[in-house]
Amino acid sequence: MRSRIPFRPRDPASHPPMIHPDYRSTVLRGPTRPLVPVPQTLGDLTVPVYGHEAIGELDHDLTRNAARNGEPIGERIVVAGRVLDEEGRPVRRTLVEIWQANAAGRYVHRRDQHHAPLDPNFHGAGRCLTDEEGWYRFVTVRPGPYPWRNHANAWRPSHIHFSLFGPAFVTRLVTQMYFPGDPLLAHDPIFQAVPAAARERLVARFDLELTRPEFATGYRFDIVLRGPAETPVEAGR
Amino acid sequence: MTRLRQTPSQTVGPYFAYALTPEAYGYAAIAGNRPVTAETPGRHLVIEGRVLDGAGDPVEDALVEIWQADARGRYADAPGGGSADFVGFARCGTDAEGRFRFETVKPGRVPGPDGRLMAPHIHVCLTARGLLNHLFTRIYFEDEAEANAADPILSLVPESRRGTLIARRAHRHGALVYRFDIHLQGERETVFFEV
Ligand SMILES: [Fe+2]
Repeated sequence: MRSRIPFRPRDPASHPPMIHPDYRSTVLRGPTRPLVPVPQTLGDLTVPVYGHEAIGELDHDLTRNAARNGEPIGERIVVAGRVLDEEGRPVRRTLVEIWQANAAGRYVHRRDQHHAPLDPNFHGAGRCLTDEEGWYRFVTVRPGPYPWRNHANAWRPSHIHFSLFGPAFVTRLVTQMYFPGDPLLAHDPIFQAVPAAARERLVARFDLELTRPEFATGYRFDIVLRGPAETPVEAGR
Repeated sequence: MTRLRQTPSQTVGPYFAYALTPEAYGYAAIAGNRPVTAETPGRHLVIEGRVLDGAGDPVEDALVEIWQADARGRYADAPGGGSADFVGFARCGTDAEGRFRFETVKPGRVPGPDGRLMAPHIHVCLTARGLLNHLFTRIYFEDEAEANAADPILSLVPESRRGTLIARRAHRHGALVYRFDIHLQGERETVFFEV
């Protein structure tokens, strides 16, 4: 049996609290009792593995994966980065899933009632696997901000949702990527729920190297998952 | 060497369905709510339940994910996902009543931290609008009382709260059904793990 490495704990200084009253939905949904600490066992240290057969050829390209009769409207962008563990090592061949609003700030989700136009050539979902260096790469359009009902005149900053597994079930991460200089960040209780020192980690940076001439501007967003704890152990011991 | 700092968690938000449980949107799903096929060896069963908030209201935009061993106690974590008959991972988004449902097989017993076999259990990862961090819990089975009593993880849970982790066998003609409700808050708040 191959060895299974336990992972470092979630870092409380990096993650938001379960209840952040400014984000109203947390008040009745965030658990109120302390989490019960338990050791990581086999099911925590393993993870579903997806290969290239699970990924469609255009899954990484949101400007093409739902195109019907043209290209989606909006500012074309490349979003790319590396998935790393806390030791700085690449997380290889891991599934990265994203979803986002279109350039007008509208989701194709049925419950999204925002009266901005849908784009017949844009679905807003994508996925890919990281490569041997931990790189992922998507082509998409920059999502628009959208209103929500959290408080009076509330607007979400432009963002892209990310979902990752990493090397084990315990390294799962669901997060959101934001854009640099967005004035709405200062007013967004979801972003502001993150400890101040950690917030900038959710903001992509403009990257000229990722920018493709005559095609799309580039944004770099690296993602750091829980890394290995110091002592490797054998499973089943 | 200085370690890199973890990327902060954010809520999955209300609009994940067209990406993560997208069958109804004409986009292929990575995983549905059946981590098995009709041919998978083992005791076939249904797990159903609701996700409820602190007011007892349904959480209509939660994503419930499960990860489990097969009937022999093996996880399908080999590249390619084990076998065609068993992937072990499944996803279900809750409906307007907060309901979710999985069709799977009873997992076999898997060695725990001290090498002894743990009681059959299913790992659960829960995310939702209003959850800034995903939550981990476990589903155990009511009809495994003896194994549950000796389980090294259940024994770390205060006795008064262990019941929140036990799926109750329900009576339904033709199918073996277990009921597992997830209470995010309240008197019956489900035990969530720091793991
Ligand atoms: Fe969103």
